[in-house]
Amino acid sequence: MAERLLEVNDLKVSFATEDGIVNAVDGVSFQLERGKVLGIVGESGSGKSVTAMTLMGLTRGVNARFEGEVLYKGTDLLKISDSGMQDYRGNELGMIFQDPMTSLNPVYRIGEQIAEAIQSHEKVDKRTARARTIELLRQVGIPNPESRVDNFPHEFSGGMRQRAMIAMALSCNPSVLIADEPTTALDVTIQAQIVELVSRLKDDFDSAVIFITHDLGVIAEIADEIIVMYAGRVVERGSKRDLFYDPQMPYTWGLLGSIPRLDRPRVERLHTIEGAPPSLINMPEGCRFRPRCPHAFEKCKQEPGLENRVETPGHLDRCWLDVEFKRAHREETISPGSAEAA
Amino acid sequence: MILVLLAVSFIVYLIFIVIPGGDPALRIAGRTATPANIVSIRHNLGLDQNFVVQWWDMLKQLFTGQLVSYYNGTNVVQQIKDGIPVTFSLAIGAGIIWMGFGILVGTISAVTAGQVSDRVITAVALIGISLPVAWLGLLARYFLAGEKGWPALFPDGGYVPLTTNPAQWFYHMILPWLTLAILFIGFYGRVLRSNILDTINEDFVRTAKAKGLTSRRILRKHVLRASLIPIVTLFGLDFAAVLGGGAIITEVVYALPGVGFYAAQSIQQQDLPPLMGVTLFGAMFIVVFTLLVDIAYAYLDPRIRLA
Repeated sequence: MAERLLEVNDLKVSFATEDGIVNAVDGVSFQLERGKVLGIVGESGSGKSVTAMTLMGLTRGVNARFEGEVLYKGTDLLKISDSGMQDYRGNELGMIFQDPMTSLNPVYRIGEQIAEAIQSHEKVDKRTARARTIELLRQVGIPNPESRVDNFPHEFSGGMRQRAMIAMALSCNPSVLIADEPTTALDVTIQAQIVELVSRLKDDFDSAVIFITHDLGVIAEIADEIIVMYAGRVVERGSKRDLFYDPQMPYTWGLLGSIPRLDRPRVERLHTIEGAPPSLINMPEGCRFRPRCPHAFEKCKQEPGLENRVETPGHLDRCWLDVEFKRAHREETISPGSAEAA
Repeated sequence: MILVLLAVSFIVYLIFIVIPGGDPALRIAGRTATPANIVSIRHNLGLDQNFVVQWWDMLKQLFTGQLVSYYNGTNVVQQIKDGIPVTFSLAIGAGIIWMGFGILVGTISAVTAGQVSDRVITAVALIGISLPVAWLGLLARYFLAGEKGWPALFPDGGYVPLTTNPAQWFYHMILPWLTLAILFIGFYGRVLRSNILDTINEDFVRTAKAKGLTSRRILRKHVLRASLIPIVTLFGLDFAAVLGGGAIITEVVYALPGVGFYAAQSIQQQDLPPLMGVTLFGAMFIVVFTLLVDIAYAYLDPRIRLA
């Protein structure tokens, strides 16, 4: 088995706000091995970004409380001081953010910003750092990197900026690359290129990737394992195959139904999940998806555990519904048109 | 730029004509003047002509260096030139102090936002902003320059040229510098504090942190640079105003014979030619520094640079 890089056990993150305690992440666990891609999917406010930023130590603050463990190669990152985290950020864990338009500092040249990351972790002179920066830009597919290295961010297109961000995140050869919705702000053709790039670089740099998105379609390409998050919790977890071909959680069906697909009969309108995610301050009792779930019944008022309910080991979900019932009815949500046609 | 200066001078002229007691001939002639006297004075000063012509003549005299005061016949340009070293000494010293301390105070205050040091700084800054310069200057002279009878820590006003005695020059300037700077320190500190607190939430600061930079480096290279841009505008205009003789009160309180002092004298005497000279002198600095601020902007923010 490949080296286990990251092990998150029952991670809980809460923030004290004026309105009350916000339980942004409530008991998330996963493991990540070298060479693997873990996808985290969920709506806005499901806690996926907070989870990712917590791994990097970016959510710390006077109002933040953490529980659980984030073991990186056996060391609990939650117990390391903020200045101690500086040796991990960038160096061991690299991160790419959602909006490449605002994530780069507008007043420094692209090359300066990447070289800054290299020089903060390794004792190299300016010239070496610059040479490595140019090489990195070449690897992420920036044409003509020798001259582009001296451009400012506003002289780059959105896709190129995200490539530059990836180059920056990979500049110190981190073992884990965390991509927090890296494609959300880009147009569709660029999205595909970025996903492909991340997947290729993961092999070149021999690292593991956590890919966060709200779009299941995006990670269908590259994820090995997928976690579906809802209201701060993991509601379903399994291999990509499990999630796409045998989804157990009505919330996952909703997500699947909202992706336009060419391999199914065309439907008039894509599925939408009614309602909005619950307030993280005032959580519904029992299953948190209950108020929006079309199949909710009496038992859903009790809290369902994250358990293996199907034949495939490792495929976990939080849903009380009978497996056979779900298999019979999920197509109505995932692909409404085809169910009637069949 | 030149249009702006022309407009400024014209407005100054208009104001002077409109205000009561504005006719200099009446005052120069004195109480026992005969109407003939007044007419002849008017004629000598060119005041009997169309006022646009008067204005234009005054400008011509000013720029050829021939403009003289209505009252004592001293050359306006020469008087301003004499005042420049004093005013520049005051402005440059105070500028360095207020910019330096403003940045320091604002940064400390932002970094420790909400803590005791931030509250103390905020309170002191508000006091500093609210203190009238004249009052503060007088207090400083009273307590620190020996007027109360306490040992004098500082000289009681006056100016020693830098070229004559640099040590005495510095010694004499300390109180005026501090008095003038206190107002600005408080103000700049407050503005910078809120700028920093805004910038800290920017995405690129999070990126810098994710790179593993030390918090000191993030603050210095990424946060401060972006936060200083609005401060540069403020500084450019404030500094220009003080250079152009705008620190009238400080100069008067400390008896510094600078451009502002000259302006104050001329206002009391309702002496138009010096006022015109001083106003244009000040306006020129404002205009020049507005340009310099734009240039500094391009340096600080490459997005503004022309391709």
